[in-house]
Amino acid sequence: MPKPIPVPDELSKPFWDAVNQRQLVVQSCTACNRRQYPPQPTCAKCGSKDHLTWLETSGRGRIQGYVVERDTRMEPLVPDQPFNIAVIELQEDPQILFLSHLPGVPLGQVPVGARVEVRFDQVAPGQLIHEWQVENSTGGYRPRKK
Amino acid sequence: MTTRARGAGGLAASLYRSRDGLGVWEHRGKVAVMSIGFSPVDRRWDESLEHSLGAYSIIAAKNALADAGVGPDQVDGVLAAPGPLGARWDRAYFDPPYNSEDGISLVTAEWLTRNMGLKNVKFMNSEAGDSARVLGLAAQAIGNGLCHTALVLYPTGNLAGRYRHEPELYAKGNAQWVNPWAWTGIQSSAYRFSQYCLKYGTNHDRMAPFVVNLRRNGRMFPNGYYAQHPEAPLTEEDYLTSRWVCEPLCLHDADRPVNTATCFLMTTAERARDMKLPPVYVLNHNNNSFRIRSSVETLEEAEQFCEVHARRLYEGSGLTPGDVDVFNPYDGYTLFTQNYLEAFRWQGVGKGEAHDFYAGDISVEGPHPILSSGGNNGTGRTRCAIFADCIEQLQGRAGERQVHIKAETAVAGCVLPAGCGWLAFGKSPD
Repeated sequence: MPKPIPVPDELSKPFWDAVNQRQLVVQSCTACNRRQYPPQPTCAKCGSKDHLTWLETSGRGRIQGYVVERDTRMEPLVPDQPFNIAVIELQEDPQILFLSHLPGVPLGQVPVGARVEVRFDQVAPGQLIHEWQVENSTGGYRPRKK
Repeated sequence: MTTRARGAGGLAASLYRSRDGLGVWEHRGKVAVMSIGFSPVDRRWDESLEHSLGAYSIIAAKNALADAGVGPDQVDGVLAAPGPLGARWDRAYFDPPYNSEDGISLVTAEWLTRNMGLKNVKFMNSEAGDSARVLGLAAQAIGNGLCHTALVLYPTGNLAGRYRHEPELYAKGNAQWVNPWAWTGIQSSAYRFSQYCLKYGTNHDRMAPFVVNLRRNGRMFPNGYYAQHPEAPLTEEDYLTSRWVCEPLCLHDADRPVNTATCFLMTTAERARDMKLPPVYVLNHNNNSFRIRSSVETLEEAEQFCEVHARRLYEGSGLTPGDVDVFNPYDGYTLFTQNYLEAFRWQGVGKGEAHDFYAGDISVEGPHPILSSGGNNGTGRTRCAIFADCIEQLQGRAGERQVHIKAETAVAGCVLPAGCGWLAFGKSPD
């Protein structure tokens, strides 16, 4: 589905450059061994600015949970609603969380706990965005239907 | 000479009581709220000057002064949280000095002071972002002697159009990490609630008695939206069949944005003794903001943040959970109010027990009258009814809403778990 287009800035440009090369990276602090996403000017744990580097991830994760969007404020996404929005835990650091529309997963049937892998979708010429797809399904929480 | 508090890192930052270990507030019981003034409450601004936030702010401020029997010349402090806007509003402006929203869709302390002709104001501040923050700042400013009698204003506007809709195709700044997936505050609240249901084995249907009671209380709040624009009372059936906005958050879990202004009159405890209304003393205030670990605020983070809110509020006020009679935590959206209730242990409610508590008697006539104000959900997005109700309950003039339990202490706070201000009030300064 079409998405709002991210606009890289000085801080985020390395991240989006990597995405455009089909790599998912996160910031890593070599001083305290902490990963962080979204990127920040300093390490949120030790405050270091000079020890932040970019670390390629496994590109694998797990679905922590989800909501079903039916009345979004994001007007570019209105034509595509309703849609799932899932929260993805990064495999090597479950505190790192990504968002996903989980392309291909039926509405409201998100398999919470399932393994997922990153994919890269084009949102504009020359701009990819990281998305996630299910490796296999394990079932999970279903919101009540109205 | 006018003293202006500065924003983060400046004078004001030191006034917000935003960290652990500060002990009992040094001005506990030495600052009082005397009165509250309200303007009418509209659903949206109709673009007439007489219904602008400037006009409504003057009405609210005059009502606060009249309520307390205080003359404008006695006011030496004015503080305002200029007000959030709803929908985007692009329009052509006149040439300077008429190229400002001040007095139209937002109101600063400077504007109110100038347009009310307040001649003795020596302290003004317009940098607080919400009602709790401006009330807390006012309490600290009075306690510190920056002023002795202050008008404390919170105007909140709602313009034509869909509230805060985002037409932008490009996502810049922080939005680049969330907007492509349509993740804003409502999704975050809905998500944490889904995690709450999983963690504690409950479900959305169990919110129905709480929301229905909020609307009932709100209809008894004369200066709220639903009292001024009566609709059929909300029923549990209405709630259970209302459309989802973002599952598991339905239409009635969201507060209704409104166009209104509320003004509080605060002064020193010493001066309060000579005024016509019984004073309500400020026992503490805090304002806490937290950074989340990643792109999504988790339930565990929200619960930890709320624990800090409670710990600091109790520490600074000297109160314990069992001491708090009236409790008005923020409810716009309703789906995170249980995090506050459980963290503050009000009426002994522990982790995962809020929905059982909601199933009991939470009416104002009963033993557990949570959010006797009606909250934002019951009064519209005033963000002030929660504080006004604390004052009125302790003054014994809450009318139909007057709780039947004793009302000698009260606590209220807003906005979100990751950023929230709290105040504790007492009928007695001790």
